[in-house]
Amino acid sequence: MITRKNLVHGIGLLIMAVLPLAAEAAGEPFLTTVASRVLIYALVAVSLDLILGFGAMVSFGHGAFFGIGAYVVGILTHHSYEATAIAFLPGDWTGTTAALIQWPMAMLVAGVFALIIGAMCLRTTGVYFIMITLAFAQMLYFFMTSLPTYGGQDGLNLWERSTLPFLDMYDDTQFYYVTCALLVAFMAFARRLVRSRFGMVLRGCKQNETRMAALGFPVYRYKLAAFVIAGMGAGLAGALAANHTEFVGPGLMHWTRSGEIMIMVILGGMGTIFGPVLGAATLLMMEETLSGFTEHWMVFLGPFLVFVVLFARRGLYGWLVGTEADDGG
Amino acid sequence: MTLVLFLEQTLNGLQQGVMLFLMAAGLTLVFGIMHMINLAHGSLYMVGAYVAASVTLASGNFALGVLAAMAAAGITGMVVELIAFRRLYDRDHLDQVLATFGVILTFNEATKIIWGPQALFLSTPEILSSTLELIPGAPYPAYRLFIIAIGLIVGLGLRHLILNTRLGMLIRAGATHREMVGAMGVNIDRLFTIVFGIGAMLAGLAGAMAGPMLAIEVGMGEKILILTFVVIIIGGIGSVRGALVGAILVGLVDTYGRAFLPFILRSLMEPSAADSIGAAVSSVAIYLLMAMVLMWRPRGLFQAYGD
Repeated sequence: MITRKNLVHGIGLLIMAVLPLAAEAAGEPFLTTVASRVLIYALVAVSLDLILGFGAMVSFGHGAFFGIGAYVVGILTHHSYEATAIAFLPGDWTGTTAALIQWPMAMLVAGVFALIIGAMCLRTTGVYFIMITLAFAQMLYFFMTSLPTYGGQDGLNLWERSTLPFLDMYDDTQFYYVTCALLVAFMAFARRLVRSRFGMVLRGCKQNETRMAALGFPVYRYKLAAFVIAGMGAGLAGALAANHTEFVGPGLMHWTRSGEIMIMVILGGMGTIFGPVLGAATLLMMEETLSGFTEHWMVFLGPFLVFVVLFARRGLYGWLVGTEADDGG
Repeated sequence: MTLVLFLEQTLNGLQQGVMLFLMAAGLTLVFGIMHMINLAHGSLYMVGAYVAASVTLASGNFALGVLAAMAAAGITGMVVELIAFRRLYDRDHLDQVLATFGVILTFNEATKIIWGPQALFLSTPEILSSTLELIPGAPYPAYRLFIIAIGLIVGLGLRHLILNTRLGMLIRAGATHREMVGAMGVNIDRLFTIVFGIGAMLAGLAGAMAGPMLAIEVGMGEKILILTFVVIIIGGIGSVRGALVGAILVGLVDTYGRAFLPFILRSLMEPSAADSIGAAVSSVAIYLLMAMVLMWRPRGLFQAYGD
């Protein structure tokens, strides 16, 4: 059925599908690289929206899991390149560059961290939750900054991108489509998740947590599971980001990064699957364009942000789609 | 590890704690009364530091610089409150976080435009640049003692303000029942602006006093802001007493960790590993402290007036 919403989704997916071809045709192939970056941030924004928009958990530390994912790839590649054993793991494994091992590991490690951090943070609510997630992310940031083994403040160069069978990750178009496929897969997964029983409980918690608890749902466990899933999504995005920039640094975990990801979600529209993608695209494009005019582009971005929060509550997606926006699709 | 070193580090920790208290007091008051989480509090600290540096360098008088910094931060805070923040009091915390994040970006960039990207440096005022031998055998910088003294005076002053004055009564009442205070005929909007101004002024004071000890640069506000968050989470958001206890705790734990942890680890492992692990662990010590406090008391050590 052609509704306004399906139309928006269709056009969005179409743009994602043909963008590298269009960029090639327009003679601006570097746009593909820019678009890959957009999709990576879209992935991390969608993962944040799972807890922020659907679960009302205002996590201000999502950048931490993004950074962890990137560091997993960075560290594995570093050891593989130098052929040294990973000191903190038993045995003498020297890492790998195979994406099929690296990326799931990035998700796994990010998920384990999300489990530990989430288990502590979810004991608190409201403003405590915001601040404690922020503080834990900063803790990881400072930890990586002061750990000289993996580059400390300077970060790690990724000497080799992850390798996938049959694909060349150094080819910008192929890299784009790999990213695109992972994003679409994650969005499809997120869409199923929020419409499942699990998602319904999560959305119920958003509306009234006490009532969900009174109905007999183990609210804490549901929220923690969502937190871990979101962390894993961010970890995957981090793994891609490490490959995209061929560099891993503590800056990926800095709290302004978490702030930016949060802005993407709000700008695009919280509590929707498509919104964060729109938000990521808009914010990064604004950054790209404004920084072309003036190095002080933040001076425009800041007030714009305040304005969006004060006056445009439903985000771009709500504005495009109208009244159908709020059904978890 | 001698007793002298320990006492010296204790003074360092106290001094850091006092600085954090100046920041935390304002932030916690604003949260306790307006239920507003203000990320831009660090920007007011930055404004304080920059104005203090500029005025001191121009006039050669540090005291004048500090006063100017307090005035500038206070006024900036009240203006931002009037324009933007008062619309946010009834919004949820997410909106407040995002809007104040936007304000941070604006302030940082505006500061870069006005003062340039290079860091400013301010030397310690001459009267305070000597050392005092408070602990026998360990001369201690007078300036740091001065900061501790100022912090204690501000703490006592705030206590007096909140417990013994009419304004303090309104603040306490506003934290518990703000609608009621409004209904009793108090101009609640003006009260909020004043409270915000007080918090901003304290942040400006902290920034001005940090000037001679740090590089004055864009982004300095965020560094201390996160520490301030840790402080008020530990102390209990909204409680000024909690802010004081939390600030001293964080100051001491951070300083002890950095000073002694590498030493302790050196007796357990080889020196180079001890130094790098010591540095990494001590940089996260306060976050571990926060996690432990929250395990024990999820709402912080002290209850706020409003709860």
